[in-house]
Amino acid sequence: MSAPMSMGLSKARPMPSVRLSERAQRQLVGAGTVVALLLLWEGVVASGLVDPLYISSPSRILRVAIDQFGSGAIWPDIRVSSIEFLVGYVAAILVGIPLGLMIGWSRRLNYLLGPFIDILNAVPRVTFLPLLILWFGIGMNSKFAVVFMGAVIPIVIATHAGVRANEARFIRVARSFSASEWKIMTAIILPGTVPFLFAGLKYGAGRALLGVVVGEIYASTAGVGHMIVEAGNLFDTDTVFFGVLLFMAAGVAVTTILNRIERHFDAWRPRGLAQ
Amino acid sequence: MTIKLEAHRIGLEYGDPESDGRLVALNDVSLSIHENEFVSIVGPSGCGKTTFLSIVDGLIRATAGQILLGGTPVSEPGPDRAVVFQDSSLLPWRTVLGNVVFGLECIGVRPSEARERAAHYIEMVGLRGFENRYSYQLSGGMQQRVNLARALVMDPQILLMDEPFAALDAQTRELMQEELLNIWQASGKTVLFITHQIDEAIFLSDRVIVFSARPGRVKESVDIELDRPRSLKLKRDPRFHAYEDRIWSLIQEEEKPRAKAAG
Ligand SMILES: Nc1ncnc2c1ncn2[C@@H]1O[C@H](COP(=O)(O)OP(=O)(O)O)[C@@H](O)[C@H]1O
Ligand SMILES: [Mg+2]
Repeated sequence: MSAPMSMGLSKARPMPSVRLSERAQRQLVGAGTVVALLLLWEGVVASGLVDPLYISSPSRILRVAIDQFGSGAIWPDIRVSSIEFLVGYVAAILVGIPLGLMIGWSRRLNYLLGPFIDILNAVPRVTFLPLLILWFGIGMNSKFAVVFMGAVIPIVIATHAGVRANEARFIRVARSFSASEWKIMTAIILPGTVPFLFAGLKYGAGRALLGVVVGEIYASTAGVGHMIVEAGNLFDTDTVFFGVLLFMAAGVAVTTILNRIERHFDAWRPRGLAQ
Repeated sequence: MTIKLEAHRIGLEYGDPESDGRLVALNDVSLSIHENEFVSIVGPSGCGKTTFLSIVDGLIRATAGQILLGGTPVSEPGPDRAVVFQDSSLLPWRTVLGNVVFGLECIGVRPSEARERAAHYIEMVGLRGFENRYSYQLSGGMQQRVNLARALVMDPQILLMDEPFAALDAQTRELMQEELLNIWQASGKTVLFITHQIDEAIFLSDRVIVFSARPGRVKESVDIELDRPRSLKLKRDPRFHAYEDRIWSLIQEEEKPRAKAAG
């Protein structure tokens, strides 16, 4: 917590009271809001104001969760969705970062590939789903493809932006020390792109998850998205909500992991202003 | 005395994108530096000092003339020269140790050996115990010590320094000047030092070369005949002041026409 910030707070509240850290305050307020919403939701359904067919209720969703995890029935779906996400996303990283570096480094390559990337960026990649299913079938392969396409574009674009933002003075230092092009790329350009890169990775993760959801809802035989569709067809709102929650949890988990990794790579940045 | 570095009629024109014309930064610069000699270049701002250093380093190719290092023509950067850059040229994502080994990594020295050599020079510049700090955790003076260690660890034939202390406060600067002399005396390197501070140039150097206003030429070369080892007390010596007056006048002759033209 910065000094000016705490001064502002004490001005707003002149009475000296128990001072919580900003982080604790944020968590407390956040948790409070969530609990209040859940209670309201449960209350609206319990009082009979709204039919649970439309909005389910926290206790009903919990019951489904206990049932699904208890019997283990959900695991095959989670497994399929996770594999689709991981394979597509990791492939997008492995292709996206080097590609972003290369088009950032070579003007020719940028002229060559830039327009394709811009066009692909302008259109939601899930639009290609019917084609991808035609090419790769209804199984996981088509989902790999749509997840990959969703994630790779933001990763390429963010990496490219990071390369362009690099500082000439560091490249000058590297050249003075007779650094090879490879060394300049890995030791100067790549570390400089870290903030851009992680913005791209996070955005790409969202796109990847979207690919899993839409792909499975559109056509599939397994996966959490598939479970949601089937439950929806049976008016099993509780299970639909359970599926939605699973995707939410996945999104939060991926973002948390990426934030952790970013902090590790960003240890050299002065703390204090951010956070 | 053997000649270490020889600049022979160096000229440099920058293409000027603004006017589509050309900017002559250096014109017919010739000078030579002996082995173990400490030579400073002073001159008005914009006269081409950094440009000249970059040509010696091989980062820029001269449009006329030739640089010889130990008799061999220079065309690109090499480990026989190392630059101490102006402030904030440390790689911020590397620690002190990481910065000092950078140049060794570039020429393929084994990591264990690189760390060993780096430790020696980190100690020499007085930063033992700070190996794992990032540059934002260091004072300006400490950052320039790292910068110096990063160049020294290459064991170059000539050390090229571009206003390395310009961004430091006056006290830290004097401290660094004294320490640089100690390190130079211990290492026996040849040094080409660029500064716009006259007292710094005199205090450090065997010889001070005064550049003319742009296009830069060698206006005069002044031998500094003051005993070594030198301490900061020397800056109070009347002989020191005499050198200061002389070099100051030389630079004034260059600044005056410009001031008139501007005013
Ligand atoms: N890359 C460049 N392109 C065009 N002009 C340049 C470039 N670098 C420096 N200059 C110009 O060349 C002249 C000399 O610059 P420099 O060598 O940096 O001077 P000094 O270090 O003596 O202050 C200045 O007028 C500067 O504007
Ligand atoms: Mg300069």
